[in-house]
Amino acid sequence: MRYSETQLERYSRHIILQEVGLEGQEKISDARVLIIGAGGLGAPAALYLAAAGVGTIGIVDNDRVDISNLQRQIAHFTEDVGREKVVSASAKMRAINPDITVQPLEMLLCADNIRGVIRDYDFVIDGTDNFPTKFLVNDACVMENIPFSHGGILRFDGQTMTVLPGRSACYRCIFRQPPPPDAVPTCSQAGVLGAIAGMLGTIQAAEALKHILGIGQLLTDSLLTFNAAAMNFRKIPLQRQADCPVCGSNPTITELVDYAQAACAMKH
Amino acid sequence: MDQPIEITTTKNLRGVSCPMNLVYTKVALAALKSGQVLEIILDNGAPINNVPGSVLKENHEILEKKQLPDGAWSVLVRKA
Ligand SMILES: [Zn+2]
Repeated sequence: MRYSETQLERYSRHIILQEVGLEGQEKISDARVLIIGAGGLGAPAALYLAAAGVGTIGIVDNDRVDISNLQRQIAHFTEDVGREKVVSASAKMRAINPDITVQPLEMLLCADNIRGVIRDYDFVIDGTDNFPTKFLVNDACVMENIPFSHGGILRFDGQTMTVLPGRSACYRCIFRQPPPPDAVPTCSQAGVLGAIAGMLGTIQAAEALKHILGIGQLLTDSLLTFNAAAMNFRKIPLQRQADCPVCGSNPTITELVDYAQAACAMKH
Repeated sequence: MDQPIEITTTKNLRGVSCPMNLVYTKVALAALKSGQVLEIILDNGAPINNVPGSVLKENHEILEKKQLPDGAWSVLVRKA
């Protein structure tokens, strides 16, 4: 028996689920998830995955907590302002669940390091806040064949899709390349309703758990979008594109070079 | 025809409330092989009213339910 009585109580609401059970909880304990970004999406995802008992959780960010983050990045508290985000988030994850291993990775993911980082994990949650990095994460996950959840929020809107590389549509099957800089406002310029970060980040956490457990239907080959002002949810069916530059039959993107500079130059 | 049922494990869940009695039942079942029989002792009331139904939903078989002198219930579960 790998769980103590306290751990059985901690995970009891999972274990009594027919679809999870003891075996499922053990899969969760054995799983390794990487969260890219300890911000609006990454914070709730990190807290829920820690609470669920995901055995190893890596969290990457190179920023420090700013007071303007606290409106939505719920892993960071007022006293954390000025602290490294990964340090702040890791402390909360360990406080929720001391059973798990948290790997704080204070770094900027670039073309030359991302593949080596994501390779160690079973599932990646993209909680980044800019297009160059979202494309970088997509391309790296496709190349390393690592399932991931894409997510984005702006104003009252959210969108998310889950990608099983080589088996379902990737982000680049749908959006060929990043929009030109300044064509799309970032959170800091456009604003965002804080609670939608939780709505989206927890969907991503649920997808990670479903993937680990092998239950239900993942949000693959579909883009879930919502508008919280009208509280409308839409699921748009998607298809893998044979001419996708990264996951298609004759990929033209075979190395992570093009977006390296954009991603590394990007500053909040 | 009235062959005695061979019990592999007995789990006394007296005083264990919902849902931990179900958790311990599932843990005990996980340690058994298919076809083996687990006896669980459940308190009267919510435990006897809830646990057997949850066990059935997971496709295990309930072979017998009988109330004991102290009011608790002995339930025999054959693992699916
Ligand atoms: Zn693609």
